[in-house]
Amino acid sequence: MTTQTIQFRVYRYDPDKDAKPYMQDISVEVDSTDRKLLDALVKLKVKDETVSFRRSCREGVCGSDAMNINGKNGLACLTDLKDLKQPIELRPIPGLPVIRDLIVDMTQFFKQYHSIKPYVVNDTPPPEKERLQSPEDRKELDGLYECILCACCSTSCPSFWWNPDKFVGPAGLLAAYRFIADTRDTATNERLDNLEDPYRLFRCHTIMNCVDVCPKHLNPTRAIGKIKDLMVKRAV
Amino acid sequence: MSVPVRHFDAVIVGAGGAGMRAALQLSEAGLKTAVLSKVFPTRSHTVAAQGGVSASLGNSEPDHWHWHMYDTVKGSDWLGDQDAIEFMCREAPKVVVELEHFGMPFDRNADGTIYQRPFGGHMSNFGEKPVRRACAAADRTGHAMLHALYQRNVRANTHFFVEWMALDLIRDAEGRVQGVVAMEMETSDIVVFQAKATLFATGGAGRIYASSTNAFINTGDGLGMAARAGIPLEDMEFWQFHPTGVAGAGVLITEGVRGEGGILRNAQGERFMERYAPNAKDLASRDVVSRAMVTEINEGRGCGPNKDHVLLDITHLDPEVIKSKLPGIREISIKFAGVDPIQAPIPVVPTCHYQMGGIPTNYKGEVVVPKDGDHKAVVPGFYAAGEVACASVHGANRLGTNSLLDLLVFGKSSANSMIEFIKSEPAELPELAMADVERSIARVKRLDEQKNGTNVHEARSAMQRVMQNHCGVFRFKDMLAEGVDKILEVEKMVKRCEIADKSKVFNTARVEALELENLIEVAKATMISANARTESRGAHVRDDAPDTPETPNGRDDKNWLKHTLWHRDGNRLEYKPVNLTPLTVETIALKTRSY
Repeated sequence: MTTQTIQFRVYRYDPDKDAKPYMQDISVEVDSTDRKLLDALVKLKVKDETVSFRRSCREGVCGSDAMNINGKNGLACLTDLKDLKQPIELRPIPGLPVIRDLIVDMTQFFKQYHSIKPYVVNDTPPPEKERLQSPEDRKELDGLYECILCACCSTSCPSFWWNPDKFVGPAGLLAAYRFIADTRDTATNERLDNLEDPYRLFRCHTIMNCVDVCPKHLNPTRAIGKIKDLMVKRAV
Repeated sequence: MSVPVRHFDAVIVGAGGAGMRAALQLSEAGLKTAVLSKVFPTRSHTVAAQGGVSASLGNSEPDHWHWHMYDTVKGSDWLGDQDAIEFMCREAPKVVVELEHFGMPFDRNADGTIYQRPFGGHMSNFGEKPVRRACAAADRTGHAMLHALYQRNVRANTHFFVEWMALDLIRDAEGRVQGVVAMEMETSDIVVFQAKATLFATGGAGRIYASSTNAFINTGDGLGMAARAGIPLEDMEFWQFHPTGVAGAGVLITEGVRGEGGILRNAQGERFMERYAPNAKDLASRDVVSRAMVTEINEGRGCGPNKDHVLLDITHLDPEVIKSKLPGIREISIKFAGVDPIQAPIPVVPTCHYQMGGIPTNYKGEVVVPKDGDHKAVVPGFYAAGEVACASVHGANRLGTNSLLDLLVFGKSSANSMIEFIKSEPAELPELAMADVERSIARVKRLDEQKNGTNVHEARSAMQRVMQNHCGVFRFKDMLAEGVDKILEVEKMVKRCEIADKSKVFNTARVEALELENLIEVAKATMISANARTESRGAHVRDDAPDTPETPNGRDDKNWLKHTLWHRDGNRLEYKPVNLTPLTVETIALKTRSY
């Protein structure tokens, strides 16, 4: 089996022993079955078990291993090693407090997600069977419900960096539109009220970093645009 | 040594589908509930389920829960308990419709009802012909379900303790369960969660094998904790090898691909399943398909330069169907196999996927352990649901889509049992039994202070190699016996594991070492139970079980129609009868299995 050496530059910070963060140069041997960045990171952790990062499903559905890879947010498990320029520079996703190494505190991110009431609101008594929805209406949810809450988008958004406490951010707004678009949800007006604010929605300046980095190829900017359209429509 | 103690009505360990379905029930009943999870809830492994959740809704063609029950009993190779199976199949339409009301984005039929697709072993009219029973959200059913359940829990204000690892179960001198000892991963702080009722919903342990579709977090924590607390593990010899893991990567490709018309082919391009299962063909039960694939490979008809896999072909399907019904599979195939399935077939190989066994429970989710000759004796205050539990609805082989159903049905039923139990208990919690707490703290201390010990990665790799080589799709008498010795050697390594990282802050090395202490319990239970069961049944097939008229396909009902119980203490095995009596209908009589 052919092996090769991968060079890394990794952001390191353990508040238990480090006065401040630093970049560490470190390399690791991988073989031809190690195709993804996560494969190499798992090997790196065998070499130095103090290197800390989150990971779980290793197939891009759980959203654990978001990190900043050579300057761009992405999931380690979906990133091909061969496409990466070396040394591969790994940093935590930006704008959130770092707990240790590549692990960030995501409290603020989830707070914004929760603030849009991420659940179907429908106060009519449910029927005995399923609520009906046409295939066309169901199709409106495609490109919205698939979000894995990895935070690649929100933490690549300058508006979110500046106002993480006030701007909902692309992930939260994508979720907001997912419920507005659902024909089973009856709270569209309340949802729009909740977002009608100089910060919560309107801090989006269509920079579109979110679209560029989304590992699931979703388009938060388009969803935000649709929310803005609905705001205008209801105003006239 | 003083440890902070927090008090709750209920503690749930695990925030996958089963844990969150239960949490919802308890939160909505107004009980003070804590849900502990090693990961943020939507990162739990339920998220990776693809194909669907079964329920006899009959949205596309006639279906009935009794047919679903028949298929499940047959799929289990008659090892499943028929009361639990009847309960699950009857509840299925209710819990799936409920999930739709929670906001689950199911695909839809033209009339607006939930879309259903065919799946392996799903038949109408007691095994006659395939039926559409798998309710699906594209090929992301688990993701859609887990997020819908999380969202509903947000609405119910459920109290999640995110990135907390449960370490040990607490039992008093009489064996009643009092809660868990847990560690906050960010700080390494250890806290006791005391509660009237404790539910384990910690999922599976597929990481005992070298090649698995399972996530890194699937380390059998609930099984390890239960075993250390003297709870036996049931039917651990039965592991499902999913036919279609991506060759090399292990990532899952749903059976829904075959449900939508996908075909398995060998190196000669032959649709070989026609020879093994003339009726159901590619949609035979998973154990049957996996064995057929391994047989093809062993007989030299495998594909690729090493002839080590077969091909899953959907190139004949309409590209629009692939894009709308199987978009996630197309993405996985491109990313992990390097092929676009619209143009070329996907290389696949059977891969460890699901544990049929687990913590013994009844269909109410109560943990049951033999006591004074009563094999149905309930352990007060202890519940289990989902993959960690063994109700037993899957018996010797699980049907596809019954896992998502299992966690909805038993997540809900266990929570209902807990609510009843909590109400019957005195308001004041009893005095905390400290012996288990101290043992748990000592276990972490041993790990932190170990010198000249074994490397965690080396011990884990050794375990995974032994399991892969000695306890796979086909099992051999000598290899199993040797496997028992080897896994007991690995256990010695695990007991001496050492970590170099002593940090208190988000120490993932410590977490991995503690996970390995759980995995090794599962590996021992599996190997020892498999070595003892000298028949072939469902997913457990061995070379020395002869195919005779009395024991068709090696299944020996006279001697082995019984559940295994493995006790950690002395690796002792005992057995208990299979419940062949359903709740209301007649027994589904023993029959030789064919598809």
